[in-house]
This record gives sequence, structure tokens and C-alpha cells, in this order.
Amino acid sequence: MFKIVYKRNLNDSVTLMEIQAPFIAKKALAGQFIIFRVDEMGERIPLTIADYDRDLGTITLIFQVVGKSTQQLAKLNTGDTILDVVGPLGLPTHTGEDVKSVCVVGGGVGCAIAYPQAKSLYKKGIKVDVIAGFRNKDIVILEDEFKKVSNELIITTDDGSYGIKGFVTNALKEQIENGKHYDLIIAIGPVIMMKFISELTKEYGIKTMVSLNPIMIDGTGMCGGCRVTVGGKIKYACVEGPDFDGHEVDFDELMNRNATYKEEEHSCKMTS
Amino acid sequence: MANMSLLKVPMPEQEPKVRATNFEEVTLGYSKSMAVEESKRCLDCKTKPCVAGCPVSVRIPEFIKEVTNENFEKAYEIITSTNGLPAVCGRVCPQETQCEGKCVRGIKGEPVAIGRLERFVADYIMENKPVKVEKPQSNGHKVAVVGAGPAGLTCAGDLAKLGYQVTIFEAFHVAGGVLMYGIPEFRLPKAIVQKEIQTLRELGVEIMTNMVIGKVLSVDEIIEMGYKAVFIGSGAGLPNFMGIEGEALRGVYSANEYLTRINLMKGYLSDYDTPVKAAKKVAVVGGGNVAMDAARSAKRMGAENVYIVYRRSEEELPARREEVHHAKEEGIEFLLLNNPIKINGDETGRVKSMECIKMELGEKDESGRRSPVEVKGSNFELELDTVIMSIGTSPNPLIRSTTEGLEVNRRGCLVVNEDMLTTKEAVYAGGDAVTGAATVILAMGAGKTAAKSIDEYISKN
Repeated sequence: MFKIVYKRNLNDSVTLMEIQAPFIAKKALAGQFIIFRVDEMGERIPLTIADYDRDLGTITLIFQVVGKSTQQLAKLNTGDTILDVVGPLGLPTHTGEDVKSVCVVGGGVGCAIAYPQAKSLYKKGIKVDVIAGFRNKDIVILEDEFKKVSNELIITTDDGSYGIKGFVTNALKEQIENGKHYDLIIAIGPVIMMKFISELTKEYGIKTMVSLNPIMIDGTGMCGGCRVTVGGKIKYACVEGPDFDGHEVDFDELMNRNATYKEEEHSCKMTS
Repeated sequence: MANMSLLKVPMPEQEPKVRATNFEEVTLGYSKSMAVEESKRCLDCKTKPCVAGCPVSVRIPEFIKEVTNENFEKAYEIITSTNGLPAVCGRVCPQETQCEGKCVRGIKGEPVAIGRLERFVADYIMENKPVKVEKPQSNGHKVAVVGAGPAGLTCAGDLAKLGYQVTIFEAFHVAGGVLMYGIPEFRLPKAIVQKEIQTLRELGVEIMTNMVIGKVLSVDEIIEMGYKAVFIGSGAGLPNFMGIEGEALRGVYSANEYLTRINLMKGYLSDYDTPVKAAKKVAVVGGGNVAMDAARSAKRMGAENVYIVYRRSEEELPARREEVHHAKEEGIEFLLLNNPIKINGDETGRVKSMECIKMELGEKDESGRRSPVEVKGSNFELELDTVIMSIGTSPNPLIRSTTEGLEVNRRGCLVVNEDMLTTKEAVYAGGDAVTGAATVILAMGAGKTAAKSIDEYISKN
């Protein structure tokens, strides 16, 4: 049983939760995730660890309500418990020694996953620019938090209601065209966004890391459900990922596999 | 008065057509009178080859005699003196290659139904006379076990009986390993597995779930926490894929994923959230028990056609005879001497068909089985919407890649000596993590041996 010690809705669809998980909090590193099960009937699904406090023994999850399980989780409040939480899973984000300047690109709730990456790099003394993209002003999240862990923060909204109008791909292209040099791009967000960012950066030859979100069940490498094709080879995202080289990932295959339970999800939400 | 019938007392079963639509247990178990009648078929022969055939050396003729005398509690005591999971073993052991395979009654007719009798005794006691377990006095030493599967549970139980304080670290949210995620409800009811595990808790064994060793704690950290020895029973959970084209299409699963959704996450029940994609035409590639489990589960999930695609012939099928027999009765179609070449998808990226090629058997390979060879030009297309790859599993590399000093062989299995000691001091291992995918009973045998070795090691140090 894992107690929720703090809960805050960041906006209408995004929730932040701090959970008591002392063992996980002790070991968690940026890039890793947990798998949770709300209750006995629940599914096991992955969520990235957005932050952790080793002293307090808590981890922070920031998630968007997209399906039944996240819907159920969002309904819980401070003081409630989650039945099962396991982690830290996956490999921590690893950037090479020679990486001196990074642009972290977050799309939508992907920004919640981009945040720990930006924080970790910034703390190491690396130059960090953050481009955070949202559909509109109402769903902008973590702006203050990102300001504290970046040298430059650019917010984009599709409709221009806040920050710069346009997609993160345009904003990144402009940065590069205006002479900004990056050793590494980290892109986290909807699969299609990571695909387009990777295609863009490939033209400029800039190394790009993406954080993949395939469907998972166990998270330890025993089912192969999270398999992705990277550089023509099968890799399990839960064991060798979730970070991979964006220029090698078969994004179309991932998008196809992620759509597997669309029908079931729809009827599930209708009846819950 | 001995029962000289050449045949076993038949086991009551659900009708194939009925059971192919539900997940309830297929075999219903002997009644008391059936069990007593079957027990009289045992001649209590001098040589007792059955005992030697058992990986945990259950004193078979002794317990059978108590069944005849209707002293079921005594029979249970005899069985559990060496076998901590009798309700499980009675159901899933491949008795035909173990105890029953050696039984002298089997020379002229059918062997004594040892498995069915073991199951009867376990079920009877569980239902009528649950044994009150005495928690032994602690000897002050802590031992850690990694993995709450058959090997780990057995090792923990034996050590707890000797007074050790045992903690099992289990990666999943529930203990049991393959007993929970692998073997289906209709072969091994989960309530029974959890009851058997509860007995261990009453012995004082602590089971910590949601603890992935190699991630949240390393083996070295466990030792630093004061555990005098560690037993690794992490199994062989990594699924093999063929590496053919189309394996990433929607509708292709490893048997592990398919079975975990159904067995562990209870996806066959509508009020459990984990989805299992509806399928009409399913091909299961493989011929072992896992393949049979996947095929029979797919049938129960509503598939019209379920095929077993296996590259060798019936004789070489590694699955338990009873599973093959039950699968056929339930309408599973065996497409033997066939091998997949590639999987084709439709415009939406879902499985549409699988191209296969016919095989014939050639020379024997290193496993002693005749090698399958393609029959050129015999390709054909099998119309499907789901493919389940059930071609074996290997040990998960997580423990060995995060623990210094642990040697593995080229198949990724931990190297151990005859005492189940690995190449690292105070670290022992057994079960599938050492042998590769095998059986529940072999894992239990390894757990027993390791417990003995750990006891000797700690007593000396």
C-alpha cells in the first residue's frame, strides 16, 4: 500500500501526486519510471518518476488522464493509498561526458517527463535550453519549475494563446537556424512529436534522445509487450529504455502498436 | 485387498465442449471413495522406483498406504515432509516422466495414479482439516530469497522450518511466479496457490512484493542489510521471439504476455481492467506446456480456430501428455511439422495471416530429437488475426548484470555447483534461473538442496 501524501491538479487534465515509496525514492534517477496498480481489479501501467525526495522517501508522479487507470488514479486524494507501485524501472537517462549543451523539448504532458531530465542536467552544470509545447494556454504546466532549471525557456502553444505560436519543431528549428549549438536534443512527448523532432535533427546531424511510451505490463522484461525496433533490432523499452536514439527508432511501428487497445479503452471509460 | 485393475480410476472432468468456454478447473478431483479405490492399486512393492523418480523424493508408497487406511492427515504429513506444495504438484507435475513413469503397475497397464492421489490428499486436508502451522523458534539468522516462484518458496519454507528468518523479495505485486502468471486457472486455481503460500507466511516467511532486485536493491545491498545468504530463484522469464518479419504487428504476443494478461491480471474476467484483445483465429507457435496453456486459454477467450504450429511431430511435443490430450478434446487443431516464415499484416497494421512452410524430420540434433528440415516449395498461408509465440524463455539478465562475481553460461543461466552455490560467496541459485525453463517440481528440488546447503554454510560460519 502506497500512501498519497500530496495531490494537486496542475490543470483540468494533468495531476501531480507525491507518493510515499521509500525504497523507490532511495534509488530513483531521472529517466526511470514506476508501474502502478490502483486496486485489485486495476491494470498495471507505467508512469515516469517526475521527481523524488530521498530524505522524505517520496516520489512525484505527474500524469494526464488518458484512460481508465489514469482516470481512477486522478480520483484519489491526499491520504488515499495506491495498492501497488514498483520501481525504479528502466535505465536512468545517460548523457555522455562530452555533452555540454542540451535542448530539452517537451510536448504536452511529456513536459512532466522532460522536467527531471532538465533538472538533472542543469544541476550538473550543463547548459540547458527548454522548449515546452502545449495545445493552448490552459494546459501549460511546470513553467516556474522549468525556469529554475534552464538557461532559456521557450513556451509554445499551437493556437498562440501563450508564448510563441506554433509547434515545438518550429521553435527548435529557429533556435538552430539562429546559431544555437546543441550537443544533444532530448525530446519527450507524443510519439508523432518525437518522430518529427528526430526527423528535423537528423538533417542537422544533432544526436537526439527520445523517451518511448509503449504499452507495458510487467516492466521487467518478461513479456515483450513493450518491444520496439531500434536500428532494426528488437529492444524492450522497459529494460533497455525508455530512452533510445531518436534517429534509429521505428516510430510508425510504435504508433501502430500503441493503438492496440483503442476500442477496449473506449468502452472501458464509458462503463467506469 | 489389492485392486488389480490395469486402468487408473478415471478422473472426473468437465466435458470438453463446456470447459472450452470457461476457466474453471478441468479436472474435478477424486472423491474419497475413488481415492481409496485407486490407492489399492499400489502393491507397496519392495523396490519403490517411484520414490527415486520424484525430484523431491516424496515417500509415495507410505502416503498411499495411509490413503487406503483413510488416515488422510497422516498421508498429508508424509507428503509435506518433503513437498511443500502438494496441491500444486499433484496438478502440474509431469508424472508420466517421473514417479508414474517408474511405477511397476505401468509395465502391464496404467501406473498407479500417484499425482491424482497426491492432489486428493492436499485438497482434502485444505478443505476439511487445515493444518495449524507452528512457527519455529528463530535461530537469529536472516536469509534472503529473490523470487517467490516454486524454487524460492520451497527454499524459504525449508529454511523457515529450521528457524531462519526468511524474506522473499518478489518483483510482481503477488507471490507465486509461474504458478500465478504462467499456468492457467483451469489447470491450477489461483486460490489454491495463494492458500499454499499462506502456509509459508504462517511459518514466519516474510514476502515483500513489488521489489525488483537488481533495480530497487542489489544482491550486494541485500547482504549489507545483514542477510547471511541469498538464494536466487528469479526464473527464466525472458521470452524468445523468432526474429521473423511481422513480429511487431498488432496481434503478435509472446506467450508470457498473453498468459500474464489472462492469468495474473485476470483479463478473462470482465470486471478486471487489463484488456485481452478479442481474437477469432489464433496460431500458437510452439509445442510445450506453455503453448498448450496459451492455445487452451485462447479457445476459452472465444477464438473460433486455435492452431498449434509446431515444427516437429507429435512424438517430439515436449508438453505433458494430459495437456495435449485435453487440448485436442477442446478443439485445438494441431498443425504439426510446420514452421512460420513470416507474419503478414493488413492496412491497419493488424495480423492478417502467417506464411508457413511444411517440415520433415531429419537427423538427430544435440537434444536427441530429430532435426526439422524445410520441405522446399511447400509454403502456405494461414489466415489469422493473432499469433502467440511460445518458443521458450531464458533467464532475465537483470540479476547477473547488477551483481559482481556471478558467472553465467552461454545461455545466460547462473552457474552453480552441486550444492547450488554460485560463483559468489553466500549466494545460491536454483530453478529456471539455473536450468533454463523447466518444471515446477525441478525448481522445488533445487530450492530444497539450496536450503540444506545454506543451513550448512551458515552453521559453519
